Amino acid sequence: MLDTEQTVAAIATPAGTGGIGVVRISGPDALTVADRVFRHKNGKKPSQTPGYTALYGHVYDGDQPLDEVICLVFRGPASFTGEDTAEFSCHGGSYLLSRVLRACLKAGAKPAGPGEFTRRAFLNGKLDLVQAEAVAALIGARGDGAAKAALENREGRLSRTLQAEAEKLTEVAGALAASVDFPEEDLAELSPAEIRERLAAQAERLSRLAETFDQGKALTEGVSTAIIGRPNAGKSTLMNLLSGSNRSIVTEIAGTTRDVVEQTVRLGDALLNLADTAGLRRTADPVERLGVDAAKDRAATAGLILAVFDGSRPFSEEDEEVCRIARGTHAIAIVNKADLPASFDRSVLEGRFDRIVSLSAKEERGLEELQEAVAQTLSLHQLEGGEGIVFSARQYGALVGGVEVLREAVAALDCGVTLDAVSILCEEALNVLLELTGKRASAAIVEEVFRNFCVGK
Amino acid sequence: MTEYHMGEFEVAVVGGGHAGIEAALAAARLGANTALFTLTLDGIANMPCNPAIGGTAKGQLVREIDALGGQMGIAADKTTLQSRMLNRGKGPAVHSLRVQSDRAEYRRVMKETLEHQENLRVIQAEITEVRADETGAICGVVTRLGAYYAVKACIICAGTFLNGKIFAGEGCYSAGPDGMLAATGLTESLKSLGVSLRRFKTGTPARVHRRSIDFSRLERQPGEEPVTPFSYLTETPPQNICDCYIAYTNEKTHQVIRDNIHRSPLFSGQIEGIGPRYCPSIEDKVVRFPHKERHQIFVEPCGESTEEMYLQGMSSSLPEDVVLQFLRTIEGFENIQIMRNAYAIEYDCCDPLQLTATLEFKDIPGLYGAGQFNGTSGYEEAAGQGLIAGVNAARKLQGKSPFTLERDEAYIGTLIDDLITKGCNEPYRMMTSRSEFRLLLRHDNADFRLTEKGYEMGLVTEERYRRFRAKKEAFEAERKRVGETVIRPSEALNRMLEEKGTSPISLPVRERELLKRPQLCMADLAPFDPGRPVLSRELEEQIDIDVKYEGYITRQEAAARQLRRLSDMEIPADLDYRQISGLRLEAAEKLSKLRPATIGQASRISGVSPADVSVLIIRLNQLR
Repeated sequence: MLDTEQTVAAIATPAGTGGIGVVRISGPDALTVADRVFRHKNGKKPSQTPGYTALYGHVYDGDQPLDEVICLVFRGPASFTGEDTAEFSCHGGSYLLSRVLRACLKAGAKPAGPGEFTRRAFLNGKLDLVQAEAVAALIGARGDGAAKAALENREGRLSRTLQAEAEKLTEVAGALAASVDFPEEDLAELSPAEIRERLAAQAERLSRLAETFDQGKALTEGVSTAIIGRPNAGKSTLMNLLSGSNRSIVTEIAGTTRDVVEQTVRLGDALLNLADTAGLRRTADPVERLGVDAAKDRAATAGLILAVFDGSRPFSEEDEEVCRIARGTHAIAIVNKADLPASFDRSVLEGRFDRIVSLSAKEERGLEELQEAVAQTLSLHQLEGGEGIVFSARQYGALVGGVEVLREAVAALDCGVTLDAVSILCEEALNVLLELTGKRASAAIVEEVFRNFCVGK
Repeated sequence: MTEYHMGEFEVAVVGGGHAGIEAALAAARLGANTALFTLTLDGIANMPCNPAIGGTAKGQLVREIDALGGQMGIAADKTTLQSRMLNRGKGPAVHSLRVQSDRAEYRRVMKETLEHQENLRVIQAEITEVRADETGAICGVVTRLGAYYAVKACIICAGTFLNGKIFAGEGCYSAGPDGMLAATGLTESLKSLGVSLRRFKTGTPARVHRRSIDFSRLERQPGEEPVTPFSYLTETPPQNICDCYIAYTNEKTHQVIRDNIHRSPLFSGQIEGIGPRYCPSIEDKVVRFPHKERHQIFVEPCGESTEEMYLQGMSSSLPEDVVLQFLRTIEGFENIQIMRNAYAIEYDCCDPLQLTATLEFKDIPGLYGAGQFNGTSGYEEAAGQGLIAGVNAARKLQGKSPFTLERDEAYIGTLIDDLITKGCNEPYRMMTSRSEFRLLLRHDNADFRLTEKGYEMGLVTEERYRRFRAKKEAFEAERKRVGETVIRPSEALNRMLEEKGTSPISLPVRERELLKRPQLCMADLAPFDPGRPVLSRELEEQIDIDVKYEGYITRQEAAARQLRRLSDMEIPADLDYRQISGLRLEAAEKLSKLRPATIGQASRISGVSPADVSVLIIRLNQLR
């Protein structure tokens, strides 16, 4: 529901990769939310900072650092929306931006609807009438028409899953309502233990569903993908092969790529936001060192790592470093230079990567195998069947919110809180699910009571 | 027929049931010269169905009516036979008071109250016409005998009387409930004024003779002690003086019903009216829930001075012989004697989507509707609406602003909002599940929610207001004290804590913190809180609720504030929705038809999406 008392967050720069991406939080609690995710070098808090101030620090998801950012603090009415606003300027890349956004959602912001910042700006008198008309049209429009049939199909699956989950929750809420509104009927009531079990199981299922957001991103906004490897393993050649252009400068001098080069490419179903990085080696050159550090940072925040090894040379200490960096992230080992005589023992890579692929970037061989490996690694295949995946931040935010409320209900039952309060929480969670499918909870519960219970005078 | 002038009133109330009574009293008490017209003076305040007041959500309604200065709670307290607080174990949000009431006494008490009310005349007459002047505003009412009364406002509280038609088996005839006449003249007049009418139906079980029941075979259900009164004004709580009993149907009962189902007018399609799902007849229950082995019957006394017993749960429109046959299959009912037969009744009612939140018809200035006429069911629902309609009829004539209640303020507000934004396709019964704010709309705090408003509006007497202030101050003081009082660990305290299944303490703790534990209540801590003043049971309970549900209450209050902002945004009555770009066609049509008064109302209309609401808000801002 439309509400300017809520604090909302969204990525405020266009989708795709850019040099810098902005995540904007706006609303009465914007600065408090920013406090929760942003850590300043000297411990300054956005909420204690005057407007028009920039703070330098890191955004964290819990204890995990996500990105080095500039946090801009605006205090209403002197902001775009007219409300208190915090903006994180992050290092581009939609995967990273989405992680930052998710951290903000976890910290209490709600996902902003389409045109929401503009609408708030209008409501707060920051925009004129003509601009506002355009916003009205934007909000009134459903979908952008560009959605592909395949996407719609997958969304259909998600909405069926959500529908089924909503029905399950309606059963519990309906049982609670029936027992409360018709206490003297001898109804077969659900025991608190049964209710607890159902709600806990549902929280788990919804939580798993929310996790598919990453896969949804892989299809729509791209997965942040770092190409790493020792110098001259053929990283840039691979990047160029994947992107079909000579974006990365390919030379035979080791250490040519000193910065991070980015490109968004489609590989089968997957959209990869590729970052070609400097070759990993110990170096005395200070400029190259910076590049190496940036590469490591990049790898640390990537959703997928393509680790490139030179198949024509033996496994080295630098290759060992590559394996180490790839640990803990979805990673594919690419044994390059299949066109040259092999002097590389693939077995050292076994068990350390999700998939191992041989290819020749130079001769453009093995690309299909890589495509398949990427699809496997990102679990894109399972998306074809099954329960559907979460695509939008709105869906993700709603699900995370729903899970939180359900867990609160379970906790309430555990410490003996009465069923009236539990029923309120169930209804709240149900509202979240139904909002995604366009219905209203109270009507659904009343329906359920009459459908399933024999009640009356 | 010759028409003759018989007098002038400001407000005419048509109908002397639960809605009509509250409407007439409220209008008269606010100073409007009021007349209540009833088909028969002996039918005033009749309970043609259960001899009971209150119940889940309905108990809250009665409390709200009382907190606003209405009459129902006071009359219920004066005529209580048995009282129970329902849902005790399920939390304060759903505690609901219900009493068995002496229906003859209730009628007498209410009639007497009406007769003694200043500014109010009670007249026995059937209103067959409501007349509007050339501007379309209400200007008079006409009786069946031709008497014309000039009036400025008219509140229709016709209950189930409008073109009432009774069905009992193959029998079918024009009648109101309980053997009274139907009101047959008014429908056409209302139609010509532009009221859109439809048919609803409801039913009632047989009444049987007390001595024909073998109570030794039934479960006894005594009242609950101590009795909590409905009215905040009642000082001496009523006594439990009667028991209720529980009986059960069995497979034989169901077989008789199944064998005779073809004789039911409901199943043969004779009845066109839409019946409520929450109030199914026994044949409905047997057909729809074939696997249920037994259905419960509450055997309730109709009064102290009568042997009639009411069989709650056995409403039926099967023929009398079938009803007798199936009742006699029930344990304890083997020799049962029917005094009044069961029946279904069909009646005309309006489409509440035509009403505003003051219950006035949008297009007929001065015409109001309340109660079953608006599509609801239940005495309490009717009374709540009657009060709102009566208050607003009087206020409008006095040039005052409308008096309405929000969803987060009262079940009355929720009820009316549901009616006017969602409409109803079956008789609407209040349920706690219909309120998203039920933790705020509790039985215990109706006065905190409403008495101040009722006082400002003029319906709450000085006496009631004085008592309310005293209670509120005591509550605030105690709330503060509990937050400051420190309880020190002691052997006795820790023993008690362990007995209650909660952990002992080793350091001093604020009383409020201890009370947050679900296992503990104010009474448990009394021995360890020597500074506590003498508190009423009610107040103790309120402190318990305030502490234990603080988190949930805060949450609901936040949701309520969201709602408020939407309901504070008023929509001009002449807004042309079809000219608003960005509004979907379906939404524009719905909105044009219903013409909601606020964005809040608009947001609850089915077919209006949140995106449509955003577009509307933007449009309103442009207009501002």
